[in-house]
Amino acid sequence: MRIIVPIKQVPETSNVKMDEETGTMIREGVESIINPLDLYAIETAIRLKEQFYGEVSVISMGPGKAIEAIKEAIAMGCDNGVLLSDRKFAGSDTWATSYVLSQSIKKIGNFDLILCGERATDGDTAQVGPGIASFLDLPLSTFTSEIIRLEKDSIRIKRLVEGGYELLKMKLPVILTVVKEISDPRLPTLKGKLRAKEIKIPVWGPENISAPDECLGLKGSPTRVVKIFPQKISREGEKFIVKDEDDLSEAINKIMDYLILKELI
Amino acid sequence: MIMRRITVSEVWIFAEQRHGTLNKVSFELLNRGKKLTEKLNSTLSSILLGYCIKKEDIDELILRGADKVYVVDDKHLENFLIEPYARVLTLLLDEYNPHIFIAAATTLGRTLMPYIAIKKKTGLTADCTVLDIEEGTDNLLQTRPAIGGNILATIKTPNTRPQMATVRPHSTKPAFPNKNRKGEVIYKEYSKEIFKSRTKFIKFIKDESQQVTVQDAKIVISAGKGIGKKEKFKMVDELADILGGAVGASRDVVDRGWKTYPHQIGLSGKTISPSLYIANGISGSVQHIAGIQTSKNIIAINKDPDAQIFKLADLGIVGDLHEVVPLLIERLKEYKAKEVQK
Repeated sequence: MRIIVPIKQVPETSNVKMDEETGTMIREGVESIINPLDLYAIETAIRLKEQFYGEVSVISMGPGKAIEAIKEAIAMGCDNGVLLSDRKFAGSDTWATSYVLSQSIKKIGNFDLILCGERATDGDTAQVGPGIASFLDLPLSTFTSEIIRLEKDSIRIKRLVEGGYELLKMKLPVILTVVKEISDPRLPTLKGKLRAKEIKIPVWGPENISAPDECLGLKGSPTRVVKIFPQKISREGEKFIVKDEDDLSEAINKIMDYLILKELI
Repeated sequence: MIMRRITVSEVWIFAEQRHGTLNKVSFELLNRGKKLTEKLNSTLSSILLGYCIKKEDIDELILRGADKVYVVDDKHLENFLIEPYARVLTLLLDEYNPHIFIAAATTLGRTLMPYIAIKKKTGLTADCTVLDIEEGTDNLLQTRPAIGGNILATIKTPNTRPQMATVRPHSTKPAFPNKNRKGEVIYKEYSKEIFKSRTKFIKFIKDESQQVTVQDAKIVISAGKGIGKKEKFKMVDELADILGGAVGASRDVVDRGWKTYPHQIGLSGKTISPSLYIANGISGSVQHIAGIQTSKNIIAINKDPDAQIFKLADLGIVGDLHEVVPLLIERLKEYKAKEVQK
């Protein structure tokens, strides 16, 4: 069984600092990590490999240092990886990114399953998984929360939707985007880290994946960013401190008044 | 009657149905679409796919603003499956070349739209909270939060059509019905192979713990670590019940197993936009805030006066939720009882 896991290296967003003037992210001193939601896809792939034997390949498009993300996935238990990195890939939107990833998957070939995180925590589009499925013309399940059964040529899965779950039976090969509920990611092992250190990660550019220039980077991206501006997060309203019993009933009054004023009850 | 000058092709909105019921989010899209068609002098159309589609659903789309409704009614469209849905929509888009095509950023919209955008080689912007038309052009300006809600980005698709976007549910009001409105209904039929699917829908399992789901709810009451233990969630459930809301939870609480994952709000859970969000014992991590930022009203109850959540709250109560919530439930019950008497 061959599983391919496309991953993304993202800035560690829990302490993101923004330049208030330009509205851009201050990248200096910000650590890069594997997109946290990709860890669930990596874990799921490794578990399937342990159960059914086979191989897990990780691919990532990004700058040279995204090799760290691939190595970390290998340290967790993935077998090999490919970095897709070239100046021509820069500025790709989800269309162009899905194109490059799908061309690379075609080149790797011969797979049963593609597992992706639901979305990346920086771009937050959730469009690349479905995009790859569309380019490769594969059946797709998004928001997958459980693999119920894997058979020779089919897979049964559960996906999380509004108000419940859907059960689907899909013909292999398929692409699944997964949510947190599917697995609990393991930490890299020492043995894995040593292996990751040694392993050579090939770097592919457009020529390796037969990708014409007009499909890459800004040229290949139908969308354009018009502007980026900071979101004003602070909208601090009234803060009422409860010190004693009287304050407590005053606090309840305040909540009730607010709910009535805003016609929420 | 004044003849409308048609300058661009139609604006399409995807009318989503689940289990034979039209999703109310479709009416929000009609409201969005109406504003765009007014600026563009264009026609607003709804696309409705399903099986045994009810006439009153088609009528309601017209009453709420659709000039045209394209209907594809086939038993293979009863449940959402990517292949037949994408094939039918791609054929419709090829035939009519709309100017704009928007869907809701639901699990369905966020699956279907990116699949189609690739086939049509056009741009798609995810989970938009603002849509507008660019001055002097007919480009759609699509604004969305990114990087965990730290920034807003405005995006356009200048050279390809349709311009596609998914729109965050609850980010605008539903369009009101006008009982005098008239519209055209266009039924489309397709041959068998269009509906082929390598995926079989087996069944839908309702999550009984989600009487109202967090994405759909107008009111969401959630709790974080401050709730202390699993049993205490009962009062949060009760508060949600009285207010007719859904129950949410922070990541901490889900990781501890006090609530299941479908309730999780934030970066690794759901992003929501309710009219009212009440955060009980939630400190307000960046990841949590990313999921609730576009809520209309936020009330926070937390013991820690320095909790980050207060920066986002319209009303903050610095106090013990174990004292505040039970009293609030009591008061709401009294209030509701009086309302009934009136």
